[in-house]
Amino acid sequence: MTNFTLDSSPSVVLELTLRLKIRDVMTTELILAEKKDSLRHIQQLMKHNRITGVPIVEGKRLVGMVSVDDIIQALDGGYIDDPCDHHMSRQLIVLEDDMPLSLGISFFEKYHFGRFPVLNKDNELVGIVTSRDILTSLLMEMNKEMEHLEEKLAPQKEVPPECWSREFTLHKFDFEHAGSASGTIKKEIKDKGLDPKNLRRIAVASYEMEMNLIVHSLGGTLKVEHTPERTILEATDVGPGIEDVDKAMTEGWSTANDWIRSLGFGAGMGLPNIKRVSDEFFIQSQVGKGTLVRSIIYHPPEKEVTHEHS
Amino acid sequence: MNILDIAVRLSWRLLSSTKIDVDIKVGYTSDLLSDVMGNAPAESVFITIQAHKNTVAVASLAGLSAILLCSNRQAPQDMIAAADQEGIPIYQTEENQFWASYHLGKLLNLH
Repeated sequence: MTNFTLDSSPSVVLELTLRLKIRDVMTTELILAEKKDSLRHIQQLMKHNRITGVPIVEGKRLVGMVSVDDIIQALDGGYIDDPCDHHMSRQLIVLEDDMPLSLGISFFEKYHFGRFPVLNKDNELVGIVTSRDILTSLLMEMNKEMEHLEEKLAPQKEVPPECWSREFTLHKFDFEHAGSASGTIKKEIKDKGLDPKNLRRIAVASYEMEMNLIVHSLGGTLKVEHTPERTILEATDVGPGIEDVDKAMTEGWSTANDWIRSLGFGAGMGLPNIKRVSDEFFIQSQVGKGTLVRSIIYHPPEKEVTHEHS
Repeated sequence: MNILDIAVRLSWRLLSSTKIDVDIKVGYTSDLLSDVMGNAPAESVFITIQAHKNTVAVASLAGLSAILLCSNRQAPQDMIAAADQEGIPIYQTEENQFWASYHLGKLLNLH
């Protein structure tokens, strides 16, 4: 543990919560019940299996949840022998098996439930996640990670103070940290003293690249290389690739699904926005391989006196 | 007009803790973040129902002065925390985007 410092440990945990998917931590051996089952039957299930929540299903579809709280209320209200149909919670917050673990953790903070059912892409119930599941898998992964940590920490190179470069790793559907890479880029370059107009062009291009990686790619990197003469931004991902680049460059055309659109993304303006603010723009994509987007923004030499109002 | 005066005149409620004294000349109304990113004029009010953390990221990156949440949309705690960190005030109004924009435009004498 020679190179390990406390400064680096939170980013390792963060990295883990992004790399792990909900499906990596969920329990797949499910104790289930149906709508016709009585609350007493469910209470027995809870007791025998030492669990605090039972999903109610119709086939593979999740239709409700019964928690210990529901059982206590049923005992109190004297309807413990009723079918659970009318007493289960129907308004459910669910996770998708493909979501990053970081999103799952934020759900526990946000909603204060003890467990979340997990659905797959076809909306079938495939698992359940408790905070205990998360903690256990995180601890196991951290153990593995600690062993590799020393190798990962490479010595950092010296760069001249007026230049700045950085590479950010971005993960699919990590909306929790969306905007933080471009926020860092904007702050760092602002400190180098850049004309506000160009700063905004950099902010627009880097934000759209970041969001494209989060919304559309399977994950990738955003690289920035800034010198007083120009800023180069480059987004590369590992897939899935764009089928029709011309269409993707058309304003308003988007492949985003409904839940992404409900968050305000998927307007179909990302790539056109990047192109518009760039002095040089390059895109190359291959289906099944990945996409590369490069934007170069030149910084004109400072004018003697400027009368322009921005 | 000063944002604090606007808020009083149009009965906007401040949800975050940042009170900034900034002159507002115009607003931009949209729920699509890339649209705002590409088209909203700097130092304007971002009028929207999109109440989540990414709204703050966009406002900050695009250099907007304030966010107005319409139709009484609530700001989640992580959104308020982000707004406080970025120094961007979040206001709330019971009006929808149309009426909120109309009343701001009228107050600012925009034609």
